[in-house]
Order: sequence, then structure tokens, then C-alpha cells
Amino acid sequence: METQPIINIKNLHKSFGENKILKGINLSTNKGESVVILGRSGSGKSVTIKCLVGLAKADKGSISIFGKEITSLNNNELNAIRVRIGFMFQNGALYDSMSVRQNLRFTLKHHTQDLAESDIESKIMEALDNVGLKESIDKMPSELSGGMNKRIALARAIIIKPEIILYDEPTSGLDTITAREISELILSLQEKYKTTSIIITHDMACAKMSGNRILILKDGLINAEGTYEELEKSKDEWVRSFFI
Amino acid sequence: MTFYLKNIFNEAGNITLFTLRFFKALTEPAFQFREFVRQCFAVGYKTLPLISITGFIMGLVLTIQSRPTLLKFGAESWLPSMVSLSLIREIAPVITALICAGKIASGIGAELGSMKVTEQIDAMEVSAINPYKYLVVTRILATTLMVPLLVIYADFIGVYGGYIGYNIHGSMSLFRYFSEVLEHLEYLDFMPAFIKTFFFGFFIGLIGSYKGFNASNGTASVGIAANEAVVAASLSVFIIDMMAVQLTDLFF
Ligand SMILES: Nc1ncnc2c1ncn2[C@@H]1O[C@H](COP(=O)(O)OP(=O)(O)OP(=O)(O)O)[C@@H](O)[C@H]1O
Ligand SMILES: [Mg+2]
Repeated sequence: METQPIINIKNLHKSFGENKILKGINLSTNKGESVVILGRSGSGKSVTIKCLVGLAKADKGSISIFGKEITSLNNNELNAIRVRIGFMFQNGALYDSMSVRQNLRFTLKHHTQDLAESDIESKIMEALDNVGLKESIDKMPSELSGGMNKRIALARAIIIKPEIILYDEPTSGLDTITAREISELILSLQEKYKTTSIIITHDMACAKMSGNRILILKDGLINAEGTYEELEKSKDEWVRSFFI
Repeated sequence: MTFYLKNIFNEAGNITLFTLRFFKALTEPAFQFREFVRQCFAVGYKTLPLISITGFIMGLVLTIQSRPTLLKFGAESWLPSMVSLSLIREIAPVITALICAGKIASGIGAELGSMKVTEQIDAMEVSAINPYKYLVVTRILATTLMVPLLVIYADFIGVYGGYIGYNIHGSMSLFRYFSEVLEHLEYLDFMPAFIKTFFFGFFIGLIGSYKGFNASNGTASVGIAANEAVVAASLSVFIIDMMAVQLTDLFF
């Protein structure tokens, strides 16, 4: 059997009113691959991955995930895909009326019905252990620092053991040591579970460590594509400027 | 002018769709019972002190204000039943609904608005949790159920306030006062007033949720959502009240 790309975006267009953000993105990833998206602030990185999970409706183009064209699915069919995807929001988006424990439990319980109570608890602990925040289990999101918020959001994205994880700036706002730990975590998830990931980041160390391939977004198009080493030595000065 | 009209029709269309979505979601399985109970509790807990105070004062003041007029006609003995009738038929439902519009509709508007702005609603959606069912349906049902209960409570407190007011100048035992009130109270005084409170509750929840759910991006829109929710919910209370009174007048 031919290996089919897990995510396959073709000619994706998206605009908000008159403001054209994406003008024909093409992107495909194979199983177990990590793709990093770079690009300046406001270039449409977050919009791209929101289109992937149907949070933003694509204007034109095709998006296929697990071989299904998601732009034409109804809500139930879309949800069947969504439960196989972990999504980490740029600003965390933790449910602020719930404690950390409830945030994770809520997501988990709606994901896998009839889990035993002890299973739930051990999964929560495992996810928190992964991001190094076991002791914050009973805190409310408002009591967490910005970086801790991020890491809980990461824990919430990975707790359902998704086949695809979309990370929106997983290491921004973290100190270099924690950032490296998160990058290592992303790498280990990829190795252990063959997770396919798309990572949006401005952190070149993270891009180097956890990405197999890097795409650079500019003016609504993929401007450059290649491995870290290839792009670092690119002839294009603009591309190289990311690597300083 | 056309822009203004277009806006109104747009809003009316959107809120109709929002309402239809509520009834559709009701028929689908997996009702969020715990969240519903939590919301019922929140609605009651937030408003009970306010309603106790306002209900009591309404009964008290109404009695004191009506006494001179009734005295003039030598009809002081009508005081308990007259005050209670106006309380139960009109004042308690409307005052309670207005307080809920101020307290609950704005609360729902602000809460859902900030969830929308901070992408918590999007987060539910990508976790395949239907945010409409989890957040909106439970809140609308909670207000629809709780507002009528709060009104009945306000009825009692108001009548009790009337009793205190009456005894400033007269003297009557609490038991006598209540039997006096109940003796003149008919089914038709109570029922139409009670039925309309379900509509009050429904619209308070609906408008609060609608405004919050449709907050645009940016923190400023949270305040706008809360504010618009209060204004629209209060207005809708008066409009429903007017329609209810005319309908009752027509049929009974
Ligand atoms: N809901 C929306 N309505 C209108 N415009 C939007 C919306 N979401 C995003 N945009 C616009 O789309 C553009 C790209 O936004 P996006 O969030 O994808 O940027 P980004 O590449 O993720 O930037 P950053 O690195 O700062 O997060 C921005 O100019 C923004 O103004
Ligand atoms: Mg972004």
C-alpha cells in the first residue's frame, strides 16, 4: 500500500472580509512526521491550523485528514476526526471556571466515555507529569503563570493520546530550560506514539530539535521548505534571517 | 437608515436561528444534567437575596401607599387582597424578571463572552464537545425553570411585606392576613401571571447566551455583550408582559 499523507492541504485560501490571509497553501505530512511552520507575526499560521480542525472555514481549496476531505463534512463527521487530533491553543484557552484537574478530566471524559475512575486519575497524573506540573493539579487557571498555563494547555492536548497534534507556539513565553523540556517532550511523543505534528513556533531551538521539516509562510504562501540544515544555508537572505 | 434597518433584521434573523438551534439541541441525546443543576443553583443563589429585599419592600411600600386612598372610600378591609392581587398579577413577576435580567442575563453574557474571546468555546469545539449544548442549552433551561420559582418566592415575600406594612397602622395576625389574601385570590389571578414567567426566564437565558456566544474578538466586546444583554433582556420582559396582559384580557 502506498503511504498516504495523514494531512494533505491543497491550495488553501482564507480571507477575513477584504483581508486575504492565505492565498494557496500546500502542505502534506506523512505519519509520524513533525512539520514546523515559521512565519512572521500575523502571517496566518494560527489561521492555517484552525482551518485544519474546522474552527475556521476554508474559502477555497481542499484539506484532507486521514484521507477524508474535511471541508465537506457535517458536524458529526467532523467531530469523529477531531477526537483524533490534539490542539494546543496559542493562549492556552483553559476553561477558567475549572481547576487544572477538571480541565483535563472534562476533556478526557468527553473523549473516551466510560473510563474507570482510577484510569482517569492516572491519565491526568501522567499528562501533568509530562509537562512537569503535577503539583498544580488543584490550582485554578487564574492562579497559574503564563508559562504554566501553556504547559497545562499542552497536557490537555496530549491527554487524549491523539494521532495528530497541532501545537500553536508551545514554547513561547517559557524559559530556555522549560522550553527545551517541552521540545524534548514533543520529540518523545513523536517517537513513542508515532504522532504526526504540526508545530508553529518562533523558537529555533524547538524547530531544530522537534521538527523534521520546516515551512516558511510569507504573504499567504509557503515561501520556503526544507530541513533545518537546508534552510539555514539557503541562498535567500530573508529565509536565512530566521536562523540568526 | 437602511443600514439601521438592515442591522435590526440581521439581528432578528440571527436570534431566530439561535432559538431554533436550542430546540433542535433539546431533542438530541446526551443532556448535560450536572451542568444544568449547577446553573440552576447559580441562578437561584445569585438572585435570592436581591429578590428577598425587593419583594419585601414592594409589598410593604405598596400597602403603605394604598392605604390613604382606600381609607377615603372606607374600604380599608380590602387592603390585603388588593395589594396581594397587584403583587401576584403584575409586580412580583416583572420586578423579579427585571432583577434576573440585570443579574443573570449580564452574568451569562459576560461569562460566555469571555469564554468566546479567550477561545474556550473553540477549545470545546475541537474536543468534539458541543459548546452550544453544554453552555447554552443548560443555561436557558436553568433560567426558564428558576425564574418562575423565584417569582413564587417573591409573591410570598411580597405578601409578607404587605402584612408588615398593614400592621404599622392596623393589627391583624399573620394567619388572618394570609387567609384574607387567599380568600380573594382566584385561579385566574395566579395562572396567567405564572405562565408568563416561564417566558421571562426563557428570554433572559436566551438573550444572555446569544449576546455572549456572539461576542466578537477582543476583551472590549465582553463588556459590550454583558451590557447589551441587560438592555435587551429588560426590554423583552416589558414586551412579553404587555403581550401576556393583552392576551389574558382577550381570553378571560
Ligand atoms: N477571527 C478573525 N477575524 C478577522 N481577522 C482575523 C481573525 N483571525 C485572524 N485574523 C487575521 O488573520 C491574520 C493572521 O492571523 P494569525 O492569528 O493566523 O497570525 P499568526 O501567524 O498566528 O501570528 P502570531 O505569530 O502573532 O500568532 C491577522 O492579520 C489577523 O488580523
Ligand atoms: Mg498565532
